[in-house]
Amino acid sequence: MSSGRFRASAHTLAAERRQRVAKGVLAVATALLVLPLLGILGLLVVNGWPALTWEFLFTDPAAGMTAGGIYPAIVGTLWLIGVSLMISAPIGVMAAIYLSEYAGDNWLTRGIHLAIVNLAGVPSIVHALFGVGAFVLFLDLGTSVLSASLTLAVMTLPVIIASTREALASVPLAFRHACWALGASRWQTIRHIVLPNSISGILTGVILQVSRAAGETAPIMFTGAAFYLPFLPASVRDQCMALSMHLFTLSTQVPNVPPAFPYATALVLLAIVVAFNLFSIILRSYLRAHRKW
Amino acid sequence: MRRASLFSRLGERLIEAVIVLCGLSAIFFVAAIFLFVFLSGADFMLHRLDWGEFLTSAEWYPTSVSNKRYGTLALIAGSASVTGLAMLVAVPFGLGTAVFISEFTEGRVREVLKVVVELLAAIPSVVWGFIGLVIMNPLIIDLLGAPIGLNVLNGGIILGLMSVPIVVSIGEDALKAVPDSYREASLALGATRWQSVYKVLFPAARSGLLAAVLLGVGRAIGETMAVLMATGHAVQIPTSPLDSVRTLTATIAAELGETARGSDHYQALFAIGVQLFAITFVVNLTADLLVRGVRRR
Repeated sequence: MSSGRFRASAHTLAAERRQRVAKGVLAVATALLVLPLLGILGLLVVNGWPALTWEFLFTDPAAGMTAGGIYPAIVGTLWLIGVSLMISAPIGVMAAIYLSEYAGDNWLTRGIHLAIVNLAGVPSIVHALFGVGAFVLFLDLGTSVLSASLTLAVMTLPVIIASTREALASVPLAFRHACWALGASRWQTIRHIVLPNSISGILTGVILQVSRAAGETAPIMFTGAAFYLPFLPASVRDQCMALSMHLFTLSTQVPNVPPAFPYATALVLLAIVVAFNLFSIILRSYLRAHRKW
Repeated sequence: MRRASLFSRLGERLIEAVIVLCGLSAIFFVAAIFLFVFLSGADFMLHRLDWGEFLTSAEWYPTSVSNKRYGTLALIAGSASVTGLAMLVAVPFGLGTAVFISEFTEGRVREVLKVVVELLAAIPSVVWGFIGLVIMNPLIIDLLGAPIGLNVLNGGIILGLMSVPIVVSIGEDALKAVPDSYREASLALGATRWQSVYKVLFPAARSGLLAAVLLGVGRAIGETMAVLMATGHAVQIPTSPLDSVRTLTATIAAELGETARGSDHYQALFAIGVQLFAITFVVNLTADLLVRGVRRR
């Protein structure tokens, strides 16, 4: 920096100054994204915590939802998560196996890829219309846990397919070659080599699907989630309450709700979603760090 | 022995048939979505709906007793205005963050930032809507003196924040797809990292970055619960960001529960569904073509 011929020219100094400014601006932009995340979490915790008692978690809503708790909504959300998972996980994983292990580079594969991209892009309310038309009315399942779960399953299918494909692709091709060379068939190779080596990666995608399904509101509004039900679903043909729907109801449809109630409901919903997400993220980074090959 | 292998061969064929079927499921479902949404409103759409009025009139009076009108222009304007404002938030913040994460951070900081973006994407839309309702609403009234805080500004900011994660992740992918040799060549010529970013990386990753923005647009147009709760339910063409509006998605969500099955109003909502399906289809298709162009190179 001092005298001598290696001193930076004014031009270089100006360029570096500009870089510092640019970097600062970008860092601020990034920080401004972290802020709302922390702010939202903080606000929900501060305002929701007082109402978040065991009683709130484990009793039914009472007195026109102005008292009591959210127990049926929690149970309903668990039903929706479970049933939609049972539908979308096998279909999604097998679709990914097809794309990763069988499909050639041809027009059909491109068509499937395009369909997945569009399935992921269809607005949630259009999924709801589909659910009403196809499951509630055409298949005559009525507004039920099953209809809502089927709608959620179709909607979250791309999540499972994409992450499972990634997990399958991370198994080195050499593993498959070695297995084929021993005379194993394609399916034997998948069953005994590819799947065991990618199962935890597949799991992260499945967990991510759970987190998506738990938070959705629009697709279940008209297909199975009820505003208020004083009983728990006994089978998949019953309606159910759901946390996401309940938050919408509490904050827009019902008068005289204690102000802490919707905050506490949002907090529980967010806790479930974020917990599944963090679990998936941690599992993924653990797998990356401990990959055997 | 032979019998056993015959059985296992058969079992294998069966499993592979199921796998192929599941592989085709995405195509089946997209086709089914279009068909069911279209057919549920087909009778009205094909025989009684005036498509010219549907697309160009701002008069949405589906429940009027004497003169029912089904113009969606105000709803389209509602969606467009909220989405436009959302992009004013999401594009600079999203692309800025993508550049920062991809070019100016490494190691642990990068990992943490990526997790933050992922968690931002995980917040359910109904929680965003709730934030719009209880936090942004009074804030806008207090700070800007607006009579009502549920408006284009509120919905736009919320939707912008919701679209940021997708812009960041696709934008980052696009920057990552630029070969390191480009960066090295630029730095070797004496350019700073920032100069490399806007002189070399931006032009090289242009189509990928555009795809990131388009996918953000797609996300914003299709979002339902957040705009239903944060934009204020007024069917009108907005003239300022402080006007309340209603979007295409929110209209379906707000009215579907109150219509009689099979009525014209009910079918008109499915017509809006077809409209939304078409819009997002085109947006996503374009984005996918752009991304594929990046990969091929």
